[in-house]
Amino acid sequence: MSLFNVLNIAGSGMTAQTIRLNATASNVANADSVASSVDKTYRSRQPVFAVQAQGGADDISSTLDGYSDTNGSGVNVLGIVESNAPFQRRYQPDHPLADEEGYVTYPNVNIVEEMANMMSASRSFETNVEVANSAKQMVQRILTLGQ
Amino acid sequence: MAINFSNALGIHERALNLRSQRSEVLANNIANADTPGYKAKDIDFKEILRNTNESMENMRTTNASHISDDYDESGNAELKFKNPLQPSVDGNTVEVHEEKAEFLKNALQFQASFRFLNEKVKGIKAALRSE
Repeated sequence: MSLFNVLNIAGSGMTAQTIRLNATASNVANADSVASSVDKTYRSRQPVFAVQAQGGADDISSTLDGYSDTNGSGVNVLGIVESNAPFQRRYQPDHPLADEEGYVTYPNVNIVEEMANMMSASRSFETNVEVANSAKQMVQRILTLGQ
Repeated sequence: MAINFSNALGIHERALNLRSQRSEVLANNIANADTPGYKAKDIDFKEILRNTNESMENMRTTNASHISDDYDESGNAELKFKNPLQPSVDGNTVEVHEEKAEFLKNALQFQASFRFLNEKVKGIKAALRSE
């Protein structure tokens, strides 16, 4: 029954947004975790979302054929990628982790971007909760048919 | 005159089915609101309803001894891509607020169809009870 599938889809959306929020929390928490070299510095982590469907996300012909394989089944987190944005190097010669030139490397976390990400993730999560609630009401209603 | 359930319940059974299918499609759009490259999809309800109506007309005009099964041929709902008002940079065409509004509207229309169907079922029950 497709209404139960709505619950699965909304659940996958909630899971994906939770993972996104998790990555954001990690990024914000480590925004000031300095290191003395580039390869030891924390890199900003971002989740990659993709459609959960047969034939892959960009296979349009397979998603347009018939209804049975078109409905899709929610969203999937393909993985977490680390950002390749340049690091910030700050001149702090009195810092215990400073290198021989007196620089420390700060992570490539953009705190403003992360805050926007956090708000977007929490809003999307709420929307998925509302969808799940509506589906629940619809199923409950259909169970009263003929009473 | 024989009692035929598909005649007695009319279009509402199919409408209800289509509404629940559409809720799935809209839920999928909302879940993929942040997926890069995802294209928002929707069911063209009007077109499917028209097809259903036509098949019902056909059923009425043909010979009464014919046994027709219109449910299978008009049963598949075709998905179409939506045209976004403001497509985003990552290729995603979901407009969450519009999808939310559509989902809400769909849920209300589901309730309306359900009520029609429920009244039909109640009517049949009352007729069967013969009180």
